[in-house]
Amino acid sequence: MPDTGKTGGSRFSKTEFAERKERVQNLARWLFFAMAIAMIIPLLAIVAYLLVKAWPSLSLEFVLDVPRKGMTEGGVWPAFVGTVYLVFISLAVATPIGVLAAVYLNEYAKDNWLNRTINLAVINLAGVPSIVHALFGLGAFVYAARFGYSILSASLTLAIMTLPVIIASTREALASVPMAFREACWNVGATRWQTIRSIVLPNSTSGILTGVILQVSRAAGETAPIMFTGAVFYKAIERGDIFAYRLNEQCMALSMHLYTMATQVPNVDESVPYATAIVLLGSVLLVNASAIAFRAWLRSRKKW
Amino acid sequence: MIGEKLLELVIRFSGISAILFVLAIFLFVFREALPVLTSEKFSVIQFFTSIEWYPTSVNNVRYGTLALIAGTFSVTLLAMAFAVPLGLGGAIFLSEFCGPKLRETLKIVIELLAAIPSVVWGFIGLTVMSRIIVKYTSAPVGVNMLNGAIILALMAVPIIVSIGEDALKAVPDAYREAGQALGATKWQLVYRVLLPAAKNGLLAAVLLGVGRAVGETMAVLMATGHAVHIPHGILDSIRTLTANIAAELGEAPVGSEHYRVLFLTGVLLFTITFLVNLGADLVIRGVRRK
Amino acid sequence: MNLNQVSRMGVVAALTVCALLYPGCSGSNRDAERAGAATIQNKGSDTMVNVAQAWAEEYRTVNPKVDVEVSGGGSGVGIAALIRGTIDIANASRDIKDEEIQQAKANTGKEPKGFVAGYDALAVYVNRTNPLDEISLEQLAEIFVEDGRITKWSQLGVRIPDVRDDTIVRVSRQSSSGTYEFFREKVLHKKDFELGSRDMNGSKEVVELVGNARTAIGYSGMGYANSGVKMLRIAEKPGQPGVPPTAETTLNKTYPIARSLNLYVLGDPKGAVKDYIDWILSNAGQQIVEASGYVPLSAKKSAR
Repeated sequence: MPDTGKTGGSRFSKTEFAERKERVQNLARWLFFAMAIAMIIPLLAIVAYLLVKAWPSLSLEFVLDVPRKGMTEGGVWPAFVGTVYLVFISLAVATPIGVLAAVYLNEYAKDNWLNRTINLAVINLAGVPSIVHALFGLGAFVYAARFGYSILSASLTLAIMTLPVIIASTREALASVPMAFREACWNVGATRWQTIRSIVLPNSTSGILTGVILQVSRAAGETAPIMFTGAVFYKAIERGDIFAYRLNEQCMALSMHLYTMATQVPNVDESVPYATAIVLLGSVLLVNASAIAFRAWLRSRKKW
Repeated sequence: MIGEKLLELVIRFSGISAILFVLAIFLFVFREALPVLTSEKFSVIQFFTSIEWYPTSVNNVRYGTLALIAGTFSVTLLAMAFAVPLGLGGAIFLSEFCGPKLRETLKIVIELLAAIPSVVWGFIGLTVMSRIIVKYTSAPVGVNMLNGAIILALMAVPIIVSIGEDALKAVPDAYREAGQALGATKWQLVYRVLLPAAKNGLLAAVLLGVGRAVGETMAVLMATGHAVHIPHGILDSIRTLTANIAAELGEAPVGSEHYRVLFLTGVLLFTITFLVNLGADLVIRGVRRK
Repeated sequence: MNLNQVSRMGVVAALTVCALLYPGCSGSNRDAERAGAATIQNKGSDTMVNVAQAWAEEYRTVNPKVDVEVSGGGSGVGIAALIRGTIDIANASRDIKDEEIQQAKANTGKEPKGFVAGYDALAVYVNRTNPLDEISLEQLAEIFVEDGRITKWSQLGVRIPDVRDDTIVRVSRQSSSGTYEFFREKVLHKKDFELGSRDMNGSKEVVELVGNARTAIGYSGMGYANSGVKMLRIAEKPGQPGVPPTAETTLNKTYPIARSLNLYVLGDPKGAVKDYIDWILSNAGQQIVEASGYVPLSAKKSAR
């Protein structure tokens, strides 16, 4: 700062200290920006790379057709339908239990040791490794309950896995209903349950639904829990058949199919496993993106 | 009114179901493992201290999990070395340095990143990442600890970011205003005020990331090379506890010693993740009480 | 509340949910429509999973009413499931052990019965750039066995081009694999493998890894060869001429590590399972064995 003091205005110009401060500030801003960008780049790079590699095999036909010629040609239909079955049944089991549990925790529970334990249990259930869920599913559903290797066993295993997150997201949705709504209802003489049924649940349905839809990706993407409880390497079904599986049968699943295509099936064109990955990733991201968009729309519409 | 009473009972029961499921999982897995603890061929000391994992040996069956435990912890540690700075940096950027529009966009991207299935991550590790690693390092094989750690880091970052951002948001605005009034820059504010104030929440975010990494199965099964030994460098292949169960569970005849030892490693895993999650919960609760 | 009661409660809760769910999903007209239908559960060897899949795919055109569910996992997995009585046919790329026969009898009261459905030569793969063409069983054992003497390629008199560290990268299989057990029995003479090998979960994964790693050596079925690898000739004793793995050397038993591909069932096969096995052993089934890269039963056909 050579010319300090020569002109009057310089007294208010930047001092060396202030400049350094600003430099550090800018550096920090760019550093953190780079870190944030480092999270987005992988997503874009991965999707782009998979898409490029998968391109030769990708078509609607690939989704609708069954695997042919020792799984080296054809499509992924049996795996796609299998995943839909697993997701649908597991969420059909987990949602009622999860929603009721959340209703209990949010509307009935007082702050005592039991409910603190429940909270802790929910958190820990969410943290149980998927392979431990597989151990439980194999021991409890396949063997102890005698469901055998079946869609039923696999779905129930997935249901327990998705349960804690459904409880958490439902609680959030319930908690966003203002207390005043409930109080108004109680004041006109409604019971607890009547309040819940006619005020709390209707006002949070969409929030609950979003939470459940977001769990589709979790159920569709998991491999370890279904590998030992009900997913098979191959099962012959008709092309485009939607009612291909029954509860006591095993099914193919996209996640498992990707694993076996990557590690087991020889002499297959490289683009086929990539296309399988794209079908799985694409459907998961699509479902999640629509749930997120739905949620954003709901928030913008909220009146309170 | 009986109907409503019944309904409340059902709701109460559903509420308790979470506890039941956690207990059921633990007790079931533990019960399957229990008989092996009293078996003559099995020694607890060997289980924890030997690196020799020979579950199906003809002559000399050995169940040492030390190499598997070392594999799990080394890959988790390396993954966290990548994920913690990235995750916390991302969280700080989101909560302090960016406008609301950009924030919303980034949060959606992170949410989508978290939705990528683990088997897809594993596939990426097996195909893309392994080729990159062979090309740019001296590693003989692309599926190794570094590969697994990068994949795990990318999987753990979204958790660390979203929980970390919550923790930073929970710091009262008065702190920021006081700092700014004293002439602090944003960076000074972050470094001197926000990080110390939110340290418990950030610690919890890291712990949950660790929990995710320890419990991950398919990605490490496909990306780490699945070799039983104590790693000497980040380019060594390793095997983790989770991948080991996934690879061998189907094989072991039900009720055999091998089957029970695998359930025992399941108990070990459950305990590790339970403690990590419990720790995170206690830390978070400590924040709330303040 | 003791341990048993709690776990039983969990199962009861799950059961209740299933009971509610089950009738809704297996529609009665659907059952009627499938009268005479059968599901065959087929599980086991990863080596055989591709040929098993090809059988299942083709059998669909022979008898559309029969669903065949194919899963891999390993020969041990298949036989373990057969012992447990949860599947109909176990595929095994090794022979069933005496203790497994005893367990199956004790568990189900039936004796496992085996059928040879084809043959496979266990090929030893190295990277395409590896100058080695031939290896003796003894050398192979020294590479893979616990405390083996050969750890570097230079000990075999081989210099791998463009590689600084010529430590041999051993690629093996997970211990549930029949290939692993067969290799241990025939090459290592029941001694244990040296730890630290890369134990892959699929036959294809072994070959792919060897194809991408210049210093690797691995073993896998002959049907899995790709352009990145080559199969070594195997000499029974050092000094003897090496034998390449081909259909011919497999059938005349000059290739030292060839094996049969077995199907195991409980007791004498009946009904749909019998028809299926008969078809596999027929010309049509055997053609698929050949198309999948394995050696069919009849020498004439393989001579081409």
